[in-house]
Amino acid sequence: MFRGLLKLAPVQGGVHPSANKARSSALHVSAAPIPPKLFLPLLQHAGAAAIPIVKVGERVLKGQLIALAPSELSAPVHASSSGTVVAITDVCAAHPSGFNAPAIVIETDGQDQWLPKAEASDAFQEDAMVLANRVAEAGIVGMGGAIFPAAVKLKQGAKHEIKTLLVNGSECEPYLSCDDRLMREKAEDIIEGARLIRHILKAFRVVIAIEDNKHEAIAAMKAAAEAYGMVEVEVVPTRYPMGSAKQLIQEITGREVPAGARSTSVGVLVHNVGTVYAIFQALTQGRPLISRIVTVAGGCVSRPKNIEALVGTPIEELFKACGGLTEEPARLLLGGPMMGIALTSTAVPIIKGATGVLALSKSEVQQDQASPCIRCASCVDVCPMGLMPLDMAALIKAENAEAAVDYGLADCILCGSCSYVCPSHLPLVQYFRYAKDKQAEKREAAKKLDLTVTMSLAKQKRLEQEKARKTAEKAAKRASKKRRPSRRRGSESAVLQEAPQEQKTAQETTQTAVEHKEQELIS
Amino acid sequence: MSQANCSSQLLDKHCGPYAHSGSSVRKHMWQVCLALTPCTLFSLYLFGWPAIFLFFCTCLSALLFEALCLYMRKDPLVRVMDGSALLCAWILALTLPPWAPWWLGVGGAFFAIVVGKQLYGGLGQNIFNPAMLARTALLITFPMQMTTWVEPTPIVLSSSPDFFSALLISFSSATNIDAYSGATALGSLKTALSMGQNVEQGLAELYQPLYAFIGWSSGSMGESSELLILLGAVYLLWQRIISWEIPVAMLLGLFVFTQLSHILDGEHYAAASFHLFSGGVVLAAFFIATDPVSSPSSSLGRIVFGLGCALLIFIIRNWGSFPEAVAFAVLIMNAFNPLIERYLRPRIYGRLANKEALPNLASFELAQKLKRPKS
Repeated sequence: MFRGLLKLAPVQGGVHPSANKARSSALHVSAAPIPPKLFLPLLQHAGAAAIPIVKVGERVLKGQLIALAPSELSAPVHASSSGTVVAITDVCAAHPSGFNAPAIVIETDGQDQWLPKAEASDAFQEDAMVLANRVAEAGIVGMGGAIFPAAVKLKQGAKHEIKTLLVNGSECEPYLSCDDRLMREKAEDIIEGARLIRHILKAFRVVIAIEDNKHEAIAAMKAAAEAYGMVEVEVVPTRYPMGSAKQLIQEITGREVPAGARSTSVGVLVHNVGTVYAIFQALTQGRPLISRIVTVAGGCVSRPKNIEALVGTPIEELFKACGGLTEEPARLLLGGPMMGIALTSTAVPIIKGATGVLALSKSEVQQDQASPCIRCASCVDVCPMGLMPLDMAALIKAENAEAAVDYGLADCILCGSCSYVCPSHLPLVQYFRYAKDKQAEKREAAKKLDLTVTMSLAKQKRLEQEKARKTAEKAAKRASKKRRPSRRRGSESAVLQEAPQEQKTAQETTQTAVEHKEQELIS
Repeated sequence: MSQANCSSQLLDKHCGPYAHSGSSVRKHMWQVCLALTPCTLFSLYLFGWPAIFLFFCTCLSALLFEALCLYMRKDPLVRVMDGSALLCAWILALTLPPWAPWWLGVGGAFFAIVVGKQLYGGLGQNIFNPAMLARTALLITFPMQMTTWVEPTPIVLSSSPDFFSALLISFSSATNIDAYSGATALGSLKTALSMGQNVEQGLAELYQPLYAFIGWSSGSMGESSELLILLGAVYLLWQRIISWEIPVAMLLGLFVFTQLSHILDGEHYAAASFHLFSGGVVLAAFFIATDPVSSPSSSLGRIVFGLGCALLIFIIRNWGSFPEAVAFAVLIMNAFNPLIERYLRPRIYGRLANKEALPNLASFELAQKLKRPKS
């Protein structure tokens, strides 16, 4: 009954920022020259950081595994060109605060020598889990910006029934055109990749969703998809944030992802086109994720274009490849202007999830002073999640994050539509990020406390039991004068039973923590 | 974490989005002022120099009070030019009798800006619409001056007071303005009904729908020309400064209530067209009730707000002791606003209206749930 009702609900909210895509999307993707040094951060994805397995001074080949994924929720790192490992040290990372993060630095030798590749078999004949593991080994993460390990998503096909594989080619962020270009140039490969993923997930159909402002990409993808049944190209309206998984699912299937649940719960799995292409390359050519298409754009870039950049290339090299910068950029961004992060230096390397590098000029960056909220409710009108950002912000400002949660803070996807339209120029997204971080901290603390409490309770119980056992022993000794058999064995087994249970609670807590993180990252 | 530390962390903008639609509070306010210009100019033409004096007195004094308050609150003085004080005074001036003495405008501006807005904490903090608060305060304290209306005497006519006699009217209140005075349609209907006449008799001489629509009727400046107000309203709707919900709910609601009662008892209840085109209903529907600060922010809330205004106008006009009901209706609904905001929030994506997560109905899980026990 609910499904029937919800199907009628149209996608709400959204904004129409000016696209600014024409300049970069007109040119073919060009290859970036191999930089003299590659900086490969160990944490380029959601989850745990990779562990380096190479030594300083060691020669590595292109595609060679140089850092292992320590857990399921992680991704390995491969050398993106041949050369020598010169350092494993902290480098400037892709973070607004200019944080440093550990990375493997490779001095390239210019030979670009590949690691000998194994013969690739017909992937369609392989078992789903084998293929998913191969994707994990290739270090593939979500390339639309969420940078969630792709294999984890693929393995969900075994746990849930996936009806629809949704390939996200909507690319709603202004300036960015890397997915657009990719779809135009590699349409067949993407379709092949999508079919492979469908094979892994045992999904029913594949839908490729493209925003209606990308005519050529739509045409190319339609032509490539024609030959296959149940592979459809759907045109969705151009509206930010159409690229968000939840909005796209609603647009395509008419269903809403329940709060706190993943898209698999409505039988849909979403993958970005870039990810699909990377998966295709990994499964048919055995090529790990060592390069990606990056849009280099913004008013300060002389010749904006899309570049196939090696992961680890400093962004200044990309600017060089685009004819340099015409002026000092007012804002340097990794990603789009809506959800991207500001960079403090051009030394930051390209990571697997980098969709674009923008050097925005002064006229492109609005830096008005914030004025008081006039409750115009523009933010309410555009919120794609049906929230009331103005009230949430007011509550957070009053340090009342609990009440903000009641207003739906947890449902906020931080898309920035509210900040985009706010006439008072309030940094709304910043408030929400801040409050979400605070909430997460609080949750962590509460979890730790919980764990401590359960542990100490268990200890107390154990001590009591020991005490009881000792008294029982004494009683038994006393009694042994009369009778031989003791009850010692019985009480011992009770103690033994206690231990695994204790362990289990600890395990459960960590698992829920991981799951929680996963959810946040997906959204 | 201390309060100061937190707010500095919050206000120092270090995260996106880095794109902006280009809207601003100033643009917002000035666009509303622009939308008000046609009907204001026509009204100034219609009521001549005294109206012009009153209008400028109100607006200028409001800007002065605003600057004073900002100075005392240590806010940047540039904010005087954000247009909010001007707009507030502008709307107040439009609801005053056009030939009211200067001190009525200045007093109103003081009440609107200082009491109605800044004492609450400045822009965006007030619960009530400041202009309506000021108008109501004036109506209660100076009922005589607030209900002395004049016939339209366009500035080009010789019967219209010239610049100097207008100065006398506005600034010394010395001249007897009875010669020009006339009653508003709503007022005369109220009087007629109270004397036992029926609606038709009450409206026979005074009310002509077409004249009222174009604006040739006595009343405050803002209630004169519905046509030009609608013109400005179309501009506001087109520019998305206001949303359709409040005006439509308010006008449609009033239409339904009045027309129904007229059909049921035509002797005592005037038709919908009369109620819609006399008094400040149209102005209020598009420019006053839609005041962002004191109106609801959700779509459903706005509809409820508009309907509430309509119902209150209908009740007060028909059974209340004041002929003009708009200001009261808007103020009363303003008081209900926090309640509406609390209970009529939009439905959150992925949640039911009661904020519980949507039921998980993936076919796989559903199939497992519905699996029939083998018998």
